[in-house]
Amino acid sequence: MAASAAVRSAVSLTQRFVRVSPDCSICPLYRLNACTGATDGFTAPSRRLRTSIGVCQSGDSSSPEEEERVVNVVYIDRCGQRIPVQARAGENALHLAHKHGVDLEGACEASLACSTCHVYVSSEHYEKLPEPEEREDDMLDMAPMLQENSRLGCQIVLTPELDGMELTLPKVTRNFYVDGHVPKPH
Amino acid sequence: MSYNKKHVSVTLPGVRGLSSSSGPRVCIVGGGPAGFYTAQQLLKARQDAAVDVYERLPVPFGLVRFGVAPDHPEVKNVINTFTQTAQHERCSFHGNVNVGKDVTIDELRQAYHAVVLSYGAEGNRSMGIPGEDLPGVFSAKDFVGWYNGLPSNKELRPDLSCETAVILGQGNVALDVARILLAPVEMLKETDITQNALKALAGSKVRRVLIVGRRGPLQIACTIKELREMVNLPNSRADMLPADFEGIAEALKDLPRPRKRLTELMMKAAKEGGDDKAEKCWGFRFFRSPVEVIAGADGKRATGIRLALNKLEGSGESARAEVTGQMEDVDCGLIISSIGYKSIPIDPAVPFDPRRAIVPNEMGRVQDTAGLYCSGWVKRGPTGVIATTMNDSFDTARVLIQDMEAGKLDLSVNKPGAQAITALLQTRGVRTVLFSQWEKINAEEEKRGKFLGKPREKLLDVDEMLKIWTDARFMSFENCSFKRKLCWILCFMHLFTKYRLYQ
Repeated sequence: MAASAAVRSAVSLTQRFVRVSPDCSICPLYRLNACTGATDGFTAPSRRLRTSIGVCQSGDSSSPEEEERVVNVVYIDRCGQRIPVQARAGENALHLAHKHGVDLEGACEASLACSTCHVYVSSEHYEKLPEPEEREDDMLDMAPMLQENSRLGCQIVLTPELDGMELTLPKVTRNFYVDGHVPKPH
Repeated sequence: MSYNKKHVSVTLPGVRGLSSSSGPRVCIVGGGPAGFYTAQQLLKARQDAAVDVYERLPVPFGLVRFGVAPDHPEVKNVINTFTQTAQHERCSFHGNVNVGKDVTIDELRQAYHAVVLSYGAEGNRSMGIPGEDLPGVFSAKDFVGWYNGLPSNKELRPDLSCETAVILGQGNVALDVARILLAPVEMLKETDITQNALKALAGSKVRRVLIVGRRGPLQIACTIKELREMVNLPNSRADMLPADFEGIAEALKDLPRPRKRLTELMMKAAKEGGDDKAEKCWGFRFFRSPVEVIAGADGKRATGIRLALNKLEGSGESARAEVTGQMEDVDCGLIISSIGYKSIPIDPAVPFDPRRAIVPNEMGRVQDTAGLYCSGWVKRGPTGVIATTMNDSFDTARVLIQDMEAGKLDLSVNKPGAQAITALLQTRGVRTVLFSQWEKINAEEEKRGKFLGKPREKLLDVDEMLKIWTDARFMSFENCSFKRKLCWILCFMHLFTKYRLYQ
């Protein structure tokens, strides 16, 4: 009908000029389940996590041999809630967390420029991870409540031997540093 | 097509008020990391909350845009997270609004259930020494603002024709300034550093940068990433005083990991120095406090700085610097004071602690003022990295949600929110910039940058920023042509009547 065509072209025109990834939730057609997906071929910029170990694209398709490489991981969020997820070998722990709605921030999008994806790794699996590179250690040094089993989630690549790994998100409290260190003024 | 007959609220981008939400309305003052992280948590925790972010500049993101060094683009990735928050249907951004001047805190408190102050620290601590106002002396905040395109610093024009620069303070900002002064121009010209700063640095004669601190190597405030970048600077060598490191090696084993790794790297740099043929050099100078800026013969500009030598009392983080009475003069033509940012009071209605330069608060609840909260540097002081501010903002959001759920905020009263404030601002002649309009400015900056081989060329002028969005052909509803407006109106009349959305 004319009105929906008008809305559709208006929405796509907005997107063309504003160059924003389409936020379907604000479009009246979508809300009324009347969207036919016709937005004149506009493609949303895909959010690719550029990790230091390779680019991780969302929506990987699975194939028979990859189904054998299933890795079970449990995230324990800041409230102590256990969130078991099934992952594939080669996936990245930060990306996986986002996929399953786990509250793990990744401010710098896996480019080793922040420590917001700081997690504690279950001790028996911590030993199986490869040594952190120097840049990861530098960022970990800035993370509050650093522990022996701390790692950055964006640097953890899942392998079959990590099956059963538990990643605990540090509880955020007012006292950020366990050794009482207070960061100095900028 | 099947139609869903459940009640839906329809919102247009940039036009609030068509939504029929009657949930809590929260106002956030400040569009930097603290503001956006607080907004993010509020939106996630309450599906009925509407959050409006007010920002003084037409452009959002605060220090992520104006503070993070141009050669740290990955740190700026967090802008994508903030963009998602700003584009959320229950969030709206209002730029070019000076809270305290264009609209008061009391007016905001009347229009919203809760107001969160996240306006950061726009002032700087002064050294409090004679000669501080001489040409050639700058605060790090202004210098960083200059190379990062902060509109109020665009006329800074630092004179870079001297050989030696002295930076007071040894935090990450001091190291950023040192690195930008000594980095090869080939590297800088591919960043989003402003074009005029790039030109000035290309013609810079500065070859030696001393980074001076009151206390010793074990009290240095910078972090290892920034130190490593100094050590790895091309065509530079480290030049430190062995005397400053006496007794440090013995203390290493008892240090917590972050401090230990940092100190080890510093000692290695002090010992190895670097390539003697390197044209540039940098170094820390410890146990020194500035006492006077020395002016040249004509008394018109800085030509040196007098430093008092200290000794350390106590150890660890709480060690104090005590004067010895000895002095040292250093010749230099550029002095940058990097001893801390400082928050300033925004509005007489808001309590302010002038000694600590923060808004007095208890876990984010502003003292003695119901419905007023704070997050970020204005709450805890100007310390920490983005991750610190993130955790802090999440804390404030949590406390606010708790207060909502405990009934400490009266949510039964309907508050008009942005509708009322936008109307008020219009009567005062203030042109607010919506997020979609910032995206227009953003696109223009990226376009100009592409032409120069940079990720963006920042607009330096607020008037120019405002002009960009008014030139746009299709922006918000208010700005589209009559034909389009009619089209929208007819469309929604049709939708409203067909699906009975007026109930």
